[in-house]
Amino acid sequence: MYMVKYTIQRLVYMLMVFLIITLMCFVLIRMLPLPALPPNDPHTEIIALRREALGYNKPYLEQFWIFIKNVFTGFNWGVSEQLYIGRQVWDVFLEKLPATMIVNLYSILWTIPIGIGLGILAALMKNTWVDYTISTLTMVVISVPSFVYAFLIQYIFCFKLRWFPFVMNGGTDYFTWSMFLSMIPAVLSLSFGVIAGFCRTTRAELTEVLTSEFMLLARTKGLTKAQATVRHALRNCFVVIVPGIFGEFIGILGGSLIIERIFSIPGVGALTLNAINARDYNVFMLSTCFYTAIGLMAGLVVDISYGFIDPRIRMGSKK
Amino acid sequence: MKDMRYEHIPAEKFRFVQENEKLSDKELQTKARGFFADAMLRFSKNKSSVIATWILAFMILYAIVAPMLSPYDIQDKDNIYVNYPPFVRSIADKDLGIFQGTRSYSSQSDASMAYWKGIAQETGLDPLLRITGTHETKVMNRGQEVTRSTYDIEVNAYYALGILYRTFTYAEFERIQAWQDETGIQVIFPWVEQSAIQNITDRPNIWYEVDKKGSAILDDDGELIPVYSTNQDLAGAPYHSLRIPGDDGSYAYSVGKANSVQCRILYYNYYRYMNDGQEPTYLMGTNAMGQDIFCGIGIGARFSLLFALLVSAINLTIGAFYGALQGYYGGWVDMLLDRIADVLYDVPFVVVTTLFQLHLASKVGIVPAFLFAFVLTGWIGMASLTRRQFYRFKGQEFVLAARTLGASDRRLMFKHIFPNGIGSIITSCALVIPGVISSETSMTYLGIVDLSSFAGTTIGTLLSQGNAVVTTAPHALLFPSIFLGLLMICFNLFGNGLRDAFNPTTRGIDD
Repeated sequence: MYMVKYTIQRLVYMLMVFLIITLMCFVLIRMLPLPALPPNDPHTEIIALRREALGYNKPYLEQFWIFIKNVFTGFNWGVSEQLYIGRQVWDVFLEKLPATMIVNLYSILWTIPIGIGLGILAALMKNTWVDYTISTLTMVVISVPSFVYAFLIQYIFCFKLRWFPFVMNGGTDYFTWSMFLSMIPAVLSLSFGVIAGFCRTTRAELTEVLTSEFMLLARTKGLTKAQATVRHALRNCFVVIVPGIFGEFIGILGGSLIIERIFSIPGVGALTLNAINARDYNVFMLSTCFYTAIGLMAGLVVDISYGFIDPRIRMGSKK
Repeated sequence: MKDMRYEHIPAEKFRFVQENEKLSDKELQTKARGFFADAMLRFSKNKSSVIATWILAFMILYAIVAPMLSPYDIQDKDNIYVNYPPFVRSIADKDLGIFQGTRSYSSQSDASMAYWKGIAQETGLDPLLRITGTHETKVMNRGQEVTRSTYDIEVNAYYALGILYRTFTYAEFERIQAWQDETGIQVIFPWVEQSAIQNITDRPNIWYEVDKKGSAILDDDGELIPVYSTNQDLAGAPYHSLRIPGDDGSYAYSVGKANSVQCRILYYNYYRYMNDGQEPTYLMGTNAMGQDIFCGIGIGARFSLLFALLVSAINLTIGAFYGALQGYYGGWVDMLLDRIADVLYDVPFVVVTTLFQLHLASKVGIVPAFLFAFVLTGWIGMASLTRRQFYRFKGQEFVLAARTLGASDRRLMFKHIFPNGIGSIITSCALVIPGVISSETSMTYLGIVDLSSFAGTTIGTLLSQGNAVVTTAPHALLFPSIFLGLLMICFNLFGNGLRDAFNPTTRGIDD
C-alpha cells in the first residue's frame, strides 16, 4: 500500500516537473522569430490559418494552454512547417522512432549480460591480473567519448575490412538480414560505454558486499564460497544493478545524437538535428518533450524499482 | 578469596609521579606533515595517475606551443592542398616511410605509370614512392595474347599534384618571374598546346606525345617525347626568366587571355612562392579547409581547456553557494532550492544549447551563449556535493562552539564548514573538466554550435571535417581522435588519483 502511494506521489511530481520544463522550452521556442513560409505553396495559407487558430498572436501562457489542450485531448503536436510541410509532427516522429529504438535495443540486449559478467569476474578475482585488466579497460572505455570508437569501428570494420556497410540502410524494413548487418557498427559503438558502465557498477557493488559481515556469517554457517556468493552477495548487489538496467532500458530510447549522425541512422536524433537546422519548431518542441520525458522516466523507474526491490531504500519516504 | 596485599599501605609510601615537573606531551619525533603534503604523497604513490599527469602536462604544453611552432596560422587556408597527408620535406627525403605525404593508388596501368614518370621528369619531384604490388593479366588483343601489368603504388600526394593551369594578371606574372630569378626555383613551365596532345585531355601534367587513347608514345630509348609549344605568337606576356633544361629559348611559357595570361605552374613551387619560400610542412596533414591539423589541434585544445576551466570555475562557485545555502539552512529552504535544481537538471542539454544559441548568440556572442548553456545545469552536481558536506559538518561540536561564541551564519558557513569539505569539492572539479570538454566537443561536432569564426577551429569541428573524408584522408580524423581520447583518459586518471589522494576513505570507489 505504501509503495502505491509513493509511486503515485512520484508520478505526480514527475508530471509537474515535466510541465514546468515544457512550459519553459515552449515559451523560449515561441519567442523565436518564425521562419518565412515558402510563397505560393498550397500549405502556406493553411499553416498561416493554423497559426492563427493556435493563438500565435495571444499571450504565451494562453498559447501554452492551447498546446497542452491539443496534446492531451487529441495527441496533436502540430504540423511540421519546414521539413515535412503539412505533415503531422507526431506521425513523422513515429516513423523515426523505430530506428533509434531498435539499434539501442540490440546494443543493450547483449551488453548488459556481458557488462555484469565482467564486473562479477573482476570482483571475484579482485587484485589479480584479470581484475586489473578489466578495471583498466573499463576506465579507458568510460573516459573516451563514444564517438571516438565509432570512428575507429567505421574505419576498420566498414572501410578497411568491408565487413559492414558504411552507414545504416535507409528504408523501414528493420528486420531483414542486410538491415541488421548495417546496424552492427552503430550497435557496437553504443555498446562499449554500456558494458563499461555496468561492469564498473557491478564490480564496485560486489566487492563491497563480498567484504561485509553477513558474508562471513554465511560462510561460518557452512555454505561454500560459491553458494554464499550466489545466494547472498549477488542478490544484494542486484539491488543496485537491477534499477540501473531498468533506467538504461528507458534511457536508450533517447539514443545518441552523435552515433546516429555518424552512421546516418534515420532516427529521432537525426530528426532533431534536422529540425534545429531547418528551424522546424514544432518538430523541435516534440523532440524536447520526448527527451525530457525520457530523462524523467528513467529517473522515476530507477527510484521506484529501488523501492520495490529493497525496502531499506525508499527514497523520500522519511525525511 | 580477597586479595589483602594492597590494603593497609601506609600513607608515606605514596608519592606524586611528577610533583615538581611540567606535565606536557612528548614532542613529535617525526616531521609534521600537512593535509596537502600528505595528499601529494599519496598521489605520487599512484603510478598510473602520475604518468597520466605527465602526459596531461605534455598535452597542455602542446596546446600552448603547437600553434606557435607550426609555420602556419589557423587562418592560413590552402585551397589546393586540402585533406593532404602528413608531409615534412626533410624527413620525406630520408625515405623512412613517414611524413612522405603518402597516398595509395591501386591497379595503375602502364599509361598511368608513364604519367607519374612524366611528372617526375618534368618537375624534378618524383611522386612515385614505391611499388607495393604488381599484377599481370593476360588479355587477347587482336588475336594475340598480350601481358598487361598493373601496379599498386604509393605516391607523394604533394608531388603527384604536379602542374596546374593558372591565370595571372600581367603584374603577378612579372612578380613570379622576378621571384624565380631571385630564388632559382622554377614555378612556370612551358606551355603545351592542346592540339599537340591530340585534344584528348586537359590534364596539365601531360607534356609529352600521346596517342589517341592518352597513352604515352615513347621514343626508341623508352623516353617521353616533349611537345612544348614554340609558338611565340600565343604568348600572353614576355617571359625572361628561368627556362627548363633542353629549352633553346624558343618555348612559349604562357598564353594570352583577356587582360591576363594563362600558364602551367608547378603547384609545389607556386606554394613556395606564395608562402615566402616555405615548403609545405604539415606534420599531421591538412584538413578539409586546407588548415594545418597540427596547429588546428593546438588551437582547438586551447579553446577546449580554457573553456572547460572557465565553466568549472563558474559552476564551482555557483554550486558552492547554492549548496551551502541548502545544506546550512535545511528545511523549507533546502526543499525549495532542491525543487528548482530538480527542474533544471532534467532539461535536456541539447535543447538548452540550441535554445541559447538561437536566442542569445546574436546578442551576446556564440561563446557566452554556449557558456550559459553549460552553466544553467552544470552547477547542480557541485551544489548537491556541497550540500552533503554541509549536512555532514553543520551539527558537529566545533560548529556549535563557534555559534556559541557568536559567529554569524556567513562566518559559520564559509569559515568553519566549507573548508572541511573543500577537498572533495576541488577534486570533483578535476573530474568535471573532462565532462565539459566531451560535451563541448559533441556539440561542435554536431554543428549545433559553430565556433570556427571565434576560435579558428575546435576539436569537434576537426573531427566532423575528418569524418566526412574518412575513406580518402583518414589522417584528418585520426590525429584529432587520438588527441581527444588521450586527453580524456589522462584527465580522468588524474582526477581519480587526486580524489583518492584527498579522500583516502573513498579510494577504489569509481564514480
